[in-house]
Amino acid sequence: MSRVFVCGLGAVSPAGWNVAALREALSKSEPLPVQPLERPGGDKSLRARLVPAPATRLGFLAHPRLRRTSPITHYAAAAALDAVAGLRARPAEKIRLGLVVCMQAGCVNYSCRFFDEVLKDPATASPLLFPETVYAAPASHVAALLEDVTLADTLVGDPASFLQGVALGIRWLEENTVDACLVIGTEETNWILADALRHLDRRAVITGGAGAICLSLDPALSMGVALESITDAHSYRTSTSRTQAARAMRQQLPASSPAELLCDGLSDSPRTDAAEQAAWCDWTGPRLSPKRVLGEGLMAAAAWQCVAACDLVSAGRFPAANISLVGSNQQAMGARFKQDRQGI
Amino acid sequence: MPAPPPRVVITGAGIVTALGLGWKPNAEGFRAGRSAFRPVSLFDVSRQRVKTAAEVDLPDALPPTGLSHRQAARLDRAGKMLLLAANEAWRQAGWKPAQAPAVGSSAFTRPEPPEGGTPNSSPNKDADDIPLILGTTAGGMSLGEDYFRQAVKSPVRHCRQPTRAVHYQPQVQARMVLDALNINGPVTIIANACASGSNAIGHAWNLIRCGQAERVLAGGYDALSLLVFAGFDALQTLSPTVCRPFDARRDGLALGEGAALVALETLEHAQRRSAPILGELIGYGTTIDQHHLTQPQPEGNAALTAMQLACESAGLTAGDIDYVNAHGTGTPLNDSAEALAIRRWAGDRAGTLPGSSTKASIGHLLGAAGAVEAVICLMALREQWLPVQAAFETPDPACNFPIVRQPRDARLNVALSNSFGFGGVNATLIFRRWA
Repeated sequence: MSRVFVCGLGAVSPAGWNVAALREALSKSEPLPVQPLERPGGDKSLRARLVPAPATRLGFLAHPRLRRTSPITHYAAAAALDAVAGLRARPAEKIRLGLVVCMQAGCVNYSCRFFDEVLKDPATASPLLFPETVYAAPASHVAALLEDVTLADTLVGDPASFLQGVALGIRWLEENTVDACLVIGTEETNWILADALRHLDRRAVITGGAGAICLSLDPALSMGVALESITDAHSYRTSTSRTQAARAMRQQLPASSPAELLCDGLSDSPRTDAAEQAAWCDWTGPRLSPKRVLGEGLMAAAAWQCVAACDLVSAGRFPAANISLVGSNQQAMGARFKQDRQGI
Repeated sequence: MPAPPPRVVITGAGIVTALGLGWKPNAEGFRAGRSAFRPVSLFDVSRQRVKTAAEVDLPDALPPTGLSHRQAARLDRAGKMLLLAANEAWRQAGWKPAQAPAVGSSAFTRPEPPEGGTPNSSPNKDADDIPLILGTTAGGMSLGEDYFRQAVKSPVRHCRQPTRAVHYQPQVQARMVLDALNINGPVTIIANACASGSNAIGHAWNLIRCGQAERVLAGGYDALSLLVFAGFDALQTLSPTVCRPFDARRDGLALGEGAALVALETLEHAQRRSAPILGELIGYGTTIDQHHLTQPQPEGNAALTAMQLACESAGLTAGDIDYVNAHGTGTPLNDSAEALAIRRWAGDRAGTLPGSSTKASIGHLLGAAGAVEAVICLMALREQWLPVQAAFETPDPACNFPIVRQPRDARLNVALSNSFGFGGVNATLIFRRWA
């Protein structure tokens, strides 16, 4: 694998609309407050950690493509703009940007609204809503906003797919089809997701947001962090349990020292966490579990893991960080980021 | 000097459309230009503008695979079509789960070995790692619709809801294919709207050419669902008459459903096992059109670039192409932009370059469209005929390439297939006859 440098980070989470807010919330290690989430047709309220309203109106909403978009696009766009800010500080250089947007649930708000209208009367269902239900809509809007995107893909999968997105970006970089690649994991909150999650994990609290990481082979763009390795995607099958896949992922990561960080996906749900706990049972070093603070953000949570880890490594808090993504129903993948001051 | 990338051939193809299940009925249908539209029976369309689509007749029983009865019972319509196409492609390719060691067991970059060390390897990585790359736009949408209905109507009734919540997700449907075929590779789901199927095959091509896999199963699938049907109806993009791509009186698209998968492998791998080869994938180009979420840039700029990139990667020019399977949805805007892009790309050759949109026979299959059309190109190349466009009456002067209107044999060496998606991702694939 070529040397791949991290050249920008972005995050929108229930902690706020930037990486600093994410950093601060995680440093406190206190779970963020939970809000009730209304659901139609029921007398119970579901729970969620909602992304707070931005302090000021988001400037990018003035872009004609983003006026009618749903929160998932707002989150992705805000995280994207932060992550490419470093690239944009070099206006003289024309950058060919690749974009990979990863999601698990995707555009559920407009899907629910549109389907609700269809069930009531399809003849009057709004044509404005339907295009925003498409998985590819956020990538399309972000590409239009950034303008210099030459290649874009939307990947759907469980949260470990975020690292598939990273691996895809690396391939584009190595093929020299792009100069930098922006990988975004994004989700939005909706009552139906909270309802579905309750069936699968009663302790989990749904949340939304986005995380973005910008990669390049150019050390001059680096923020002092390089991706050292990324594992295979270890798929689950009837014959391969989550635990087996998680262990295989762990074994494939390079050996690490106790001074390094493990950024995992634990969420205080014993059943959900069991496979990942088993894979890392011997880990004695420092550990960061963003979901314990932020909630179950699905693909966004996977992105937050990478963003938070890179942020800490970039700040010199750890020489390296291991990312453990043990997805809910598809695969386990891992990665290791390390300090790399070349180019800084 | 680096070694050239390996050549990528296709040794298996599975196809499910409203024309039938499998290669033979589909080849006969596309060769004859049959139309498969009928009144929608899967859901209530009494309040929709349009009431027809190309529905697939699924078999009463699925073929025997590695799936348990319980797993098979959980498959929705989309999952069944996916399984049927995957099974056909797998069997036609003659692949065995543990046939030969793969060059690289992962779809993705693996870590470099540490200095002086040995490459990392994982215990469950063995010879049966075959990446599965699928395109879809809706996955198990019908299960999601059922979930929504019950959650709204009977919030306290949880019966079957957990199963729906899990099995509507495309990666879970893909896992069923792994279990069914007893393979163990990474699963990638590409959701680039209507370009997804082509992108999936293009990704597979790239993966093999860069040495990360020696064989890949790739394609696309989508089933008709109320949400999607109502969505296109609300946009008034569905034809209230007949889907007639590139016709001067075209008035919209028609929806269909289906699946197609292809088994791709290196030429060397195929020859090593003396496998019959259906065709060679020689070019792939993909671009993003940032013009609008649902409308192409009117000049077809991104479509043009996709075709140019595909030709460049194939080392060909438009003059080398013998047939174009157009995206050709039948909407006024798409077909105008695509026709203009073809004219700009092909120049004078456009006037004699046969083309057709097979969506006139089976409708727009969304995430499956590109994969199904790839298989149609393989059929045409292998059997040496031109796919007929089922409906075409009045030529549009803006669409100046000859539409294939009557069944006819032809000497075809190279075929190009276009797929353009909502959101702007465009993809072009180029196939060569294997003779």
